[in-house]
Amino acid sequence: MGELKNGAAGEATRAAGNGRSLLLRGVKKAFADVKAVDGLDLEVARGECFGLLGPNGAGKTTTIEICEGLTAPDDGTVEVLGLNWRTGADELRQRIGIQLQETQFPDKLTVEETLRMFRSFFKRGISVDESIATSQLEEKRKGRVGTLSGGQKQRLAMACALVGDPELLFLDEPTTGLDPQARRHLWDLVDELKHAGRTIILTTHYMDEAERLCDRVAIMDHGKVIALGTPKELIALVGGENIVEFAVVESHDSQVSESRPGAPGSHGSLVPKGEGPGAPTSHISQVSESRPGAPTSTVAHAVVDAGPLLAIPGVQSHRVDAGLHQLSVSELHSVVPRIFAALTAQGLHLSEFRTHSATLEDVFVSLTGRNLRDE
Amino acid sequence: MSKLETSSLYQLTMVRFRLFLREPEAIFWIFIFPILLAVGLGIAFRNRPADVLQVGATTPQLTQALAADKGLTAVTLDEAAGTHALATGNILLLAIQGPDGVAYKYDDTNPDARTARLLADRAIQTSAGRHDAVPANNELVHETGSRYIDFVVPGLLGMNLMGSAMWGLGFSIVEGRQKKLLKRLVASPMPKWQYLAAFLLSRLAMLLIEVAVFLAFTWLVFGVPFRGSLVELGLLCLMTSLAFSALGLLVASRARTTEAVSGLMNLVMLPMWILSGIFFSASRFPAVIQPLVQALPLTAAISAMRGNMLQGLNLGQQMAQVAILLAWFVVPFAVSLRIFRWK
Repeated sequence: MGELKNGAAGEATRAAGNGRSLLLRGVKKAFADVKAVDGLDLEVARGECFGLLGPNGAGKTTTIEICEGLTAPDDGTVEVLGLNWRTGADELRQRIGIQLQETQFPDKLTVEETLRMFRSFFKRGISVDESIATSQLEEKRKGRVGTLSGGQKQRLAMACALVGDPELLFLDEPTTGLDPQARRHLWDLVDELKHAGRTIILTTHYMDEAERLCDRVAIMDHGKVIALGTPKELIALVGGENIVEFAVVESHDSQVSESRPGAPGSHGSLVPKGEGPGAPTSHISQVSESRPGAPTSTVAHAVVDAGPLLAIPGVQSHRVDAGLHQLSVSELHSVVPRIFAALTAQGLHLSEFRTHSATLEDVFVSLTGRNLRDE
Repeated sequence: MSKLETSSLYQLTMVRFRLFLREPEAIFWIFIFPILLAVGLGIAFRNRPADVLQVGATTPQLTQALAADKGLTAVTLDEAAGTHALATGNILLLAIQGPDGVAYKYDDTNPDARTARLLADRAIQTSAGRHDAVPANNELVHETGSRYIDFVVPGLLGMNLMGSAMWGLGFSIVEGRQKKLLKRLVASPMPKWQYLAAFLLSRLAMLLIEVAVFLAFTWLVFGVPFRGSLVELGLLCLMTSLAFSALGLLVASRARTTEAVSGLMNLVMLPMWILSGIFFSASRFPAVIQPLVQALPLTAAISAMRGNMLQGLNLGQQMAQVAILLAWFVVPFAVSLRIFRWK
């Protein structure tokens, strides 16, 4: 295939692609009897940085590998840069850049040798020097891969993904296992690529990473997209922009009724508002009130009647996880004193109290009732 | 940058070279070990003027009679000590003076002990006054090509070609698979055939060095003969290496871990180490299993190389071996291309 002809074909498909880099419709993939991806619809626009967010085992890697043409879906349509993997694989491989989870490049090659090899696979692309400069590996150019730090290895993987000057870049958990400084370094690199107008699709199980890097995020759980939108939109799903967390102990003097509140509905409703395609299914499974079968007295965490708390204007929802109460709250300054008052009225003392701005982590918790890092 | 340097086949082949040359252990096993083995065997089986056999006798008179023979050295031992020395292999034969003659104690399944029996009897009879009925003279010949070192060098060459090809392909491929490098490579536009071709190209270049160094060494140090065409010997080495590369590829085509592939490779190679006539002739095995033994690629390779080096046969006279080697290249290669696991 001549370069010119290829380029022309590229232009044509780009036009046909209509500014859309990726389209998934009804994509399914099962391994043995585990549904890794269960009916996925996604659309990523040109120039967008799109994040697939979810806990380990949510189906992120399977999804991204289907997009990369490494795994064939059982069902559904996959369109990448206006092409599909059955007929356009050779051209697609030239036009996308890929960084896989846990690739180990040969320890005994140098950074430059590794990049020179990857560069040789592409008909067009940036020079090896340029890729070394972009990934800031100049001082390690002649260094063996085995001597690189985790962050440097990850930047090498990025450089290998960039040598073909890809229109679309796939990054699978680019910062997993890196220390905080190396993560920030890699984020800066992704930022630069974003600003250069490249389309990026990344997976991560770090909420802060998705919030920081992505224009739009799809939250995945059990092979499905449970929420989709900009980080701001998703955080708005929680209902309040602040989260109040507290734990209580009973006062010694006052005897509060042993009756357990916790009737259905008392947790408040966290129905996601359902915007856009692939609207979230309402997953409002909430966590059980304290542990079942817990003996009455001498429990560290006292029972709280959520009713009066939910009655406070500005409190959107309430949930409990292992004795820690969480309220999603707007108007933090006026709500906090009322929370104190309501708890005192129930004869409870605070043993812990803190607030933070709502994050994607809170979105995930409110949608699934689980923490992201619950394994 | 030149056109060659930007070609992916060139880059992949260079990567294979670099990775090989930066692995000191591999260099040892492929270049140094065969030479050490040849030196060791050359020393152990060097041709001494004639083997001097160690024997014992129960009386000084007998010892003296035995020591008169150039082929024997003798010590005097009492019967108990002599029997012990016999059992531990320090002497091959014990001559015991009895009231009405001499008894020889030895193991008749040991060829050296049987030789010692003949020499000892001759020496004792001669010293007792026996005369030869027919006068006899010896004409001694020491021909190159009939020594053990001449026999074993083609065997070591074949063994080395087998090991380097199987390990070179099998281990590297599975390591790449285990470290997810293989997956990363197929996610790039790399033409898959070039990945395998790079292995073969680097293997062939290494083969030149490996074979030349080893054969030159045995020629210079031991004077091992090269009676056939060197070009044809080179072709035989090439075919051998290709056959074992294909076998290495087959073994590596599905294995997920380097431990698994190491076990598989030993499983494939072990029967050939024993059966294929590296250190002793494969014809020693029973006729029942000869068809199997002869069909093994290493047997074919070694027998063809011996034919070339020691008997000066040309390839036309060894078509059976050539056909066996080619079959062992084509079939495993075709099968592994079908079942190869890239991820």
